[in-house]
Parts: sequence; C-alpha cells; structure tokens
Amino acid sequence: MSATSIEAGTAPGDAAPAASAPARSFLVMPSVLVLLVWMIVPLVMTLWFSFRNYNLLDPTTQGFAGINNYAYLVTDPDFWASLRNTLVLLASVLVITVGLGTLLAVLFNQPFPGRNVARVLAISPFFVMPTVAALVWKNLMMHPIYGVLGVVARAFGMQPVDWFSQFPLASVIGIVSWEWLPFALLILLTAVQSLDNEQREAARMDGAGMIAQFFFITLPHLSRAISVVIMIETIFLLSVFAEIFVTTSGGPGNATTNLAFLIYARALLQFDVGGASAGGVVAILLANIVAFFLVRTVARRLET
Amino acid sequence: MTDSLAKRILVAVLGWAVALLLFFPIFWMVLTSFKSETDAITARLFFQPTLASYGEVFARADYLAFAFNSIAISLGGTVLALALAIPAAYSMAFHPTPRTRGTLLWMLSTKMLPPVGVLVPIYLLFRTTGLLDTRSGLIGIYALMNLPIVVWMLFTFYKEVPHEILEAGRMDGATTWGEVYHLLMPLTLPGVASTGLLSLILCWNEAFWSLNLTSSHAAPLTAFIASFSSPEGLFFAKLSAASTMAVAPILIFGWFSQKQLVQGLTFGAVK
Repeated sequence: MSATSIEAGTAPGDAAPAASAPARSFLVMPSVLVLLVWMIVPLVMTLWFSFRNYNLLDPTTQGFAGINNYAYLVTDPDFWASLRNTLVLLASVLVITVGLGTLLAVLFNQPFPGRNVARVLAISPFFVMPTVAALVWKNLMMHPIYGVLGVVARAFGMQPVDWFSQFPLASVIGIVSWEWLPFALLILLTAVQSLDNEQREAARMDGAGMIAQFFFITLPHLSRAISVVIMIETIFLLSVFAEIFVTTSGGPGNATTNLAFLIYARALLQFDVGGASAGGVVAILLANIVAFFLVRTVARRLET
Repeated sequence: MTDSLAKRILVAVLGWAVALLLFFPIFWMVLTSFKSETDAITARLFFQPTLASYGEVFARADYLAFAFNSIAISLGGTVLALALAIPAAYSMAFHPTPRTRGTLLWMLSTKMLPPVGVLVPIYLLFRTTGLLDTRSGLIGIYALMNLPIVVWMLFTFYKEVPHEILEAGRMDGATTWGEVYHLLMPLTLPGVASTGLLSLILCWNEAFWSLNLTSSHAAPLTAFIASFSSPEGLFFAKLSAASTMAVAPILIFGWFSQKQLVQGLTFGAVK
C-alpha cells in the first residue's frame, strides 16, 4: 500500500490534489522537531551527567563515575526523606482535592441563589500564582502572631499554632491543596453537568435516596473525570517547588524537602551536577510510571 | 421541584460558605493591600484605607521591570507556541495521516517529563549559550512547555470546522497559507483566542523555570513575589499590594476562560 492510498482511506472526501496532501501534512514537522529536541537532548544529558563526576565549583572532579552518584544517592538519608515527602505530599493532596472536589462539584451543581458567583469565587485560588499563594498563606493566614488563624485561635482562648515549625509538611500540603482543590472542582463540575438528569430522575422515582444516587449514578459517571484529575494533578504535584522554595526552603531539617527541592539544592546550591542528575533520573522514572497510565486513559478517549 | 425548603436553604448556605472560605485568603490579601503597615498586622476589618503600599511598591524602581518581563515573556511564549501549533494542528486536523493519532499522543507524553528531571542540563545549556536570565530563554522554554496543550486545543477546535469549506477555498485556488489565513483563522478565532488565553495564564503563573533560570534582568513577577520570602515579607501591606497587582489580571482572565481551561488542561478528555 502506498502512502497516498492510506491517506485516501483515512480522509475520505479529501479532494486535495494527490501531490499537495502529503506536503500539507508536513506542516506538523516544526512542532514535532522542536518537541523532539526539547525531550531528547536534556534527557540524554541528564542520563550522561548522572554517570559522571561533575562539580561546577571544582573543575578537577571529572571523569566517569560509574554508579557512584546513584550509590551516594541511595545511602543519603535526605534522598529517602525527600522521596517520602514527595509521595506523602502527592497522596495527601490527591485525597483532599479529589475527595472534597467531588463533593463540592455535586454541591455546586445544585441550584441556589447566586450560584454562578459562588462558583467563580470557589475556583479563583487556581489562578493565583504559586509564590503569591504560598506567601499569603504563610504570612497573612498562618503567621502565629499576626496571621488570621492565630487571631481566631486567640479569640477562642486557644494557643495559636506555629504552623511551619510544628507541622511543616502539613502546612505545605494545606497550601498546595488550596491551589488544586479549585482545579479538581472545575473539572469535576464540568463532568457532573453532563450527567443525564433523566437517569437520576428515574432512580429517584425508584426510591433511591441522595446517597444511593451519589454512589450508584454520580460517582460511576465521574470515574473518568476523576482519573484525569488524578493523573494531571500527579504530574504537577511531583514537581511542587515554588511553594516550598518561598516558605520553608525544605526545612526544618529535611521535613519539607521533596525530590524537586532536593535536586534544586544539589544542582544550584551545592553545584553537584552528577548527584543532581542522578536525582533527576529518579524523578523522570517516577513521572513515567504515572505517564504510562495517563496516556492510556486519554488514548481511550481519543478512539471514541 | 420536590426538594424541601430546608434542603434548598442548606444547599445555599453550604455553597456560599465553601465559596467564601476558599476565596477568603484572596479577599484578605486585597483588603490588607489597602491597609497601612500598622493596620496590616491586625485582623481589623474596618480601617482607614490607603494606597500607600501600592505607592511604595511602584516606587521600587524595579517593579515595572518585573511586570514588563511577565508581560513580555507570557506574550512571547504564547505567540511562539501558537506560531508553531497552528500549522501543526491544521495539518493534523485536515490532512491526517496514519501517524496522526500517535503523534498527538506522543506530544501529550512530552508533558510528562518533569521539569526537575531536566533542570540540570537546561541550566547548563542556558549558561553555556548565555541564555541564563534572558527573556528570550524563558520565552523558548514556555513555548515548548505549552506547545502540546496548545496543539491539542487547536486540533479539537479545527476538527469542528467542516472540510467542505476549506475544499471550496482550495477549488478557488487558495494557497495553503490563504486557506489558513483567510478561511480557517476567521472561522476559529474564538478558539485560537481562548487557547492563547490559557497559554498566557500558564506562562504568567509558571514558577519553576522562572525561579531557577532568572535572577534580576529577566525575572518576572513570580520571582519578584518570591523576594518577599525574606524578612521583607513581614511588611504585610506591601506584600499584599505587590501580590494583588501580580494576581489581578490573570484572575480576571481566568474567570472568563473557565470552559476552555477544562478542555485544554484535560486534553479534551472531559467535556
């Protein structure tokens, strides 16, 4: 089969002259080429550096390092702490945003006065840049003396909490959840709105209560949207950086150091290119495990 | 409606309570930006409003430079991404080949490469080529970062344009350029605009590359706000004024483009 006949098969009714159709389909090439370079070059470099001795401050350290960078990484307690923090952050934010997001999507689908304004207010945090979100929470909300939470606590006669020293990781989780809950709400609300009302009406006629309707009709209908939210949030949550950078700098100790922050510190604070690259390879592997499932989910959608 | 009055009241109260709670930090930030520094560290709701903090932020000679960088980088990244994506989406939507589906999925998969994974090589490449702390460097990164999303969104919009219209143009002797520029562009302008808007929002709020690849010359507002993480952040009113100005334009854009956002961010998987 020649290339043109395949094309005629996939695009019936395309009256373009046979010669120009392939030429036009080449217009995709610039995008493909830049993305290919953008993906391959840094990937190969990261891999290459991860097997090299390379420190920006010390030009005498060079040469092949074998698996030394990886060996050093897995014996470093900070690495395991960062891996744990990355996963705890990921899991907690996912549970909070998807759980609450589903409930809120159902809530905001009910008619009530001023619903559109309320929706707009509720999704607003998603548009706030990460550095602003983190600093507003850290200073205006969670500051033990001047923050709103401290003031409220004192008003009720309680001891204000010094969030970032007592519960550092939980504080970061709170801030990141505040940013991503609106995202989950936005996507899930869109999905809830496409739910067939007749189906729900029929269920109600048959005597299904609110809770039964939620579990047997709404939730199954949302399953695809929920998986999409989980996948997309996962991509971003594996690389949470700015929120940690401006609030805790990974501390106290390594309490809020995630993989992204560890790599940043290795590369740009300690100038250990080899070690940072080994961390980068781990981050890429982690993301690819997730990517595998996301691409499959979206691919299914593309066939329909 | 068979819903009881009690249930409807409960829904309204709950809905508004959640909305106000989620919005509260933003409200408080805007409120604090109009306070004096001494009022700002109190939880006072009523105070003598002042624009002093805005004045002080503006008086910092470099504020406008940061704001200009944000605008230039976001616009530049978006225009570059659109310039690459429009031909690509056109070709895939109207002249599909057996590889088109695979190409689309592969483009999506490039989004899965975590930025931290390639921080080291990008930083070194930028250092060697003198792109570190330049606007053009970030524009390139942002265009590449958003290219898959932009191609996908345009592809879904183009898919809805009937082939016959473009064919008629072709019969009349339109060149490929004429076909895209005179026929496709006017037909899909709202789609292109909302795609651009989404790209602008993502560029404006991006805070991994901007924090790591810029220091002073090309630093956008995300980096400017990060500089308040020093003890300077304890000037609550100034922090709030700077934050409000950094967030306001994109917040308003965001309110208007919710629907497109859902499609773009989920690669059309949720409608």
